[in-house]
Amino acid sequence: MAEVRFKVWRGDAGSGNFVDYDVPVTEGWVVLDAIHWIQANLQNDLAVRWNCKAGKCGSCSAEINGKPRLMCMSRIEDFVIDGTIMVQPMATFPPVKDLVTDVSWNYTVNQRIPPLAPRPPEADGTWRMQQYDVDRVQEFRQCIECFLCQDVCHVLRDHQTWAFGGPRFMVRTASLEMHPLDTENRLSLLKDAREGLGLGYCNITKCCTEVCPEGIHITDNAIIPLKERVVGEYFDPLATGLKNLLGWKREPRT
Amino acid sequence: MNATPTFPPRTPRPLGTTQRQDRWWLEPLLNFIGFTTFVGYSLWVTFSPTGPHGLNYEWPHRPGPGWTYLSPFYSPLFGPTWWHFSPAILVLWMPLGFRATCYYYRKMYYRTYFADPPACAVSDTKFWQRKPRSYQGETAFPWILQNAHRWFLYFAIYVLAVLWIDAFQSIFFRAPAGQPGLHFGLGSAVLLVNAALLSAYTFGCHALRHLVGGSVDCWSCSRIGRARHKVWQVVSRFNEHHMLWAWVSMICVGLSDLYIRLLAMNDVPLTRFPWL
Repeated sequence: MAEVRFKVWRGDAGSGNFVDYDVPVTEGWVVLDAIHWIQANLQNDLAVRWNCKAGKCGSCSAEINGKPRLMCMSRIEDFVIDGTIMVQPMATFPPVKDLVTDVSWNYTVNQRIPPLAPRPPEADGTWRMQQYDVDRVQEFRQCIECFLCQDVCHVLRDHQTWAFGGPRFMVRTASLEMHPLDTENRLSLLKDAREGLGLGYCNITKCCTEVCPEGIHITDNAIIPLKERVVGEYFDPLATGLKNLLGWKREPRT
Repeated sequence: MNATPTFPPRTPRPLGTTQRQDRWWLEPLLNFIGFTTFVGYSLWVTFSPTGPHGLNYEWPHRPGPGWTYLSPFYSPLFGPTWWHFSPAILVLWMPLGFRATCYYYRKMYYRTYFADPPACAVSDTKFWQRKPRSYQGETAFPWILQNAHRWFLYFAIYVLAVLWIDAFQSIFFRAPAGQPGLHFGLGSAVLLVNAALLSAYTFGCHALRHLVGGSVDCWSCSRIGRARHKVWQVVSRFNEHHMLWAWVSMICVGLSDLYIRLLAMNDVPLTRFPWL
């Protein structure tokens, strides 16, 4: 394959700009291979975060030709336009150096979500679940925390509304809230637009689903079902009245 | 716990700023053309119930042979004597509200008409914000009203039931002599397909998916949980293609009205399948 010109963003939290590197790429290379080649042959101080190179660690998130992608899962031939590829760090989070960004804010959001609160165990000290009860939440467990969904979400990226937890933490909350053993109620946390996760900030534009490298249906299977649960709890007096009338609080857990 | 990050805010970028080099503008453009065309046609249909040959929304004009094609824009047909405007106005708020608050249409019009954002990783407009970083999304008026989607679903199911009845009344009818009559024309097929496509759209609704079973955490340990899980799976199957059903059902509603309107205006001949 011919030489490809990589325009790589170089800089830190203060400033930065795109620098051109001509890379002799081999067929089958992914963008991370080219970044490693630049690091090994041209710029030893080029900073890039990576680990597994197999799309499972979620470390090498970046924007390739403006699209949030994992560099290790992006084949070069799919992105070359006029012999050039642009690589830059995630735009939502502040750059630390070159392609490495500071994603620590996400971990502070994670701390706000109450963990799993399982119901009391059965007589033999264990819990039993049916497979069809956990199929739904197993999709959410595929998340590799690459934070590409956080990067592309316009609420964080453009509006910089940090009261919104972001798609990643809607997925995590959904995985707990829909868990068949869980007894915790996180709906008030989801609804709270000041100190909670601010679910109402999401306006369902589905970009998080489009960029998820694990193919998780973030909007349809996590965010919208959570929105519907909040509607049922706070915006549907008919459902609330019926539940009270019929004595349906939450389904029995034992 | 306050989640305000420690890093400084970035300078807001103008609308449309992006490093994307693909044709990201094509999808919102096509949506704009398609949806605006439908809205324009709907407005024309709503405010032109009559034509040179009488009513435009039903064929044959009553009293007819018994069977009737009724435009889905005018169904269920209400005609109170005190109402002097188009009867469509009394009906259209139900499907309009259902579609306006639909999760798919929200995505479409937030992107297409409000540029919030116009496409993924493309900078959105700040025009709708009263001051910098005052985005409120669906937490405040007017977009908090999107939470009424479930209420419009109830009305949409009622309208859908009436559309199925309309489709069957265009086939089976009571003949003037009191005998059961049978008619099957192109209009009957159109109304049946229309009702079927609207069913696929309505029964893939996210709110319905929640109501039938999505609200349950533990199906195996709740009352009729197994049955609710099965129904939830069926609704989920339709839900996977909600966008497709939204578009084809919307286009079919327009085409159904167009066919009946052309019949009523004597612009096309009645097509009747000869074997029935």
